[in-house]
Amino acid sequence: MITLTINGLEATVDEGTTVLEAARFLGLPIPTLCHMEGLSPYGACRLCVVEIGEGPKAKIVSSCTYPAQDGLRVRTSSARVVRARKMVLELLLASCPQSKTIQDLASFHNVRQQRFRQEHDDCILCGLCVRMCEEQMMAKAIGFRGRGQTRSIGTPFDVRSEACRLCGGCMYVCPACQLRCTYTEPDKAVCGGCANLSPPCVDIESFDDMMCYMSPCVACETAAH
Amino acid sequence: MDRGEVLSILERHDGNRSGLIPILEDIQARYNHLPAEALTVLAEETDRSLTDIYGVATFYKSFSLKPRGKHLCSVCTGTACHVRGAPIITEEFERRLETNAGDTTPDKEFTLETVNCLGACALGPIVVVDGHYFSDVNSAGVKRIIKKTRAGLDKVQVKADRRIFPVSVNCSRCNHSLMDPEHPVDEAPSIRVTASFGRKHGWMRLSSLYGSHNLECEYEIPADTVVHVFCPHCHAELKGASDCPDCGAPMISMIVRGGGIVQVCTRRGCKGHMLDLNGGGF
Ligand code: FES
Ligand code: FES
Repeated sequence: MITLTINGLEATVDEGTTVLEAARFLGLPIPTLCHMEGLSPYGACRLCVVEIGEGPKAKIVSSCTYPAQDGLRVRTSSARVVRARKMVLELLLASCPQSKTIQDLASFHNVRQQRFRQEHDDCILCGLCVRMCEEQMMAKAIGFRGRGQTRSIGTPFDVRSEACRLCGGCMYVCPACQLRCTYTEPDKAVCGGCANLSPPCVDIESFDDMMCYMSPCVACETAAH
Repeated sequence: MDRGEVLSILERHDGNRSGLIPILEDIQARYNHLPAEALTVLAEETDRSLTDIYGVATFYKSFSLKPRGKHLCSVCTGTACHVRGAPIITEEFERRLETNAGDTTPDKEFTLETVNCLGACALGPIVVVDGHYFSDVNSAGVKRIIKKTRAGLDKVQVKADRRIFPVSVNCSRCNHSLMDPEHPVDEAPSIRVTASFGRKHGWMRLSSLYGSHNLECEYEIPADTVVHVFCPHCHAELKGASDCPDCGAPMISMIVRGGGIVQVCTRRGCKGHMLDLNGGGF
């Protein structure tokens, strides 16, 4: 058993518990984006930052990947943490401003504007879908490809993967909805959710502007999530 | 692409137990790029997921999924080379080769690529062509590099590389000279022997430069074939004393004039060879 202090409260947890789990156990909220119960921690979004240690040695770490240690002193909402978190949110907003999940997180944490160039990416590379596909669906149909600026998520050679069972799990967990409806390109489809519903949105010219977080979908009136 | 060929590459890597990257390197060495079908075969045969393989293949710059040209020309655009003018060099290459960075010229001669830092920043801007480094390149130098490459970089390099030197050899049984000054290979007298493999039987001329693997043969020798080599004078097989340390095929041995023996692996494509100047056991 390990005893650590979070925001002055003592918590005793099992070995191997992460700081995030310990904090949640105490009921202390830490925002997360790329963390999901049942999937291995990945530490991609840095939204779950907390401050550990004292004085000049204090540092910022991602709580979802940091293992609890005996005597660890954690602060989950010090001024430094709040500043770091807001910065992360600003950056996320800059890269993917159309994501409802990110918008909600930003507004909840009082981020009203962001100072960076707007990118309108459709993926923030949080890796949720990749882990979902591999760890829960045991398919490994999608994965990371390339690196650096050209890193992306998708199937090998961008063709429909034989390992994919069209379960739609990747779309379900995606905070940015990149892998939303691919009905218009059946070769690349990773989901077949609506294939036999003949959703009207396919005929609408502004298909590309529609996001699947519109739940229920304004066009085809099927719940997206 | 031939499935059997990929399988034989996999076999050499002992199926599952070997790492993925060496296998990909061998496939790339064979085809000059990674063909999609080869990766599929690799995934099936080794129980790896194609997604992982594809991830690795696209992660490393040295792997290419697109067919590459005969010469690979990489311009460093890392930070140091960038500030020393790499963008101008890249443009100059693009203009002269009439292709874009990342593409291959239509005649399949050159593939132009940009890479990020080759670890020789002080010598920048750096250009690497087929493993030969060019430092402090300026736009005037681009033309020279292309010309040199077209003329054949290896030829130019043989004289400059001190590890490569000519040897003269005799048959280890009849002691006749095997040297053939009439037919130079690598611009040096070649070593003439008789080779036989399968049903084929004909002359073969090896480069006498120790360290060079160039050879000419009456018949095309398929990769990986083990060749039997005979002396053209006494017709005895030039059998070596040991097997190749790299691939296990038998080696042939010849007497080096001035003392010692040289052993060469008989497997086509294997680069195993040994030079023993003091020994000369027989
Ligand atoms: S939730 Fe911890 S880094 Fe994303
Ligand atoms: S930047 Fe070109 S070698 Fe380092």
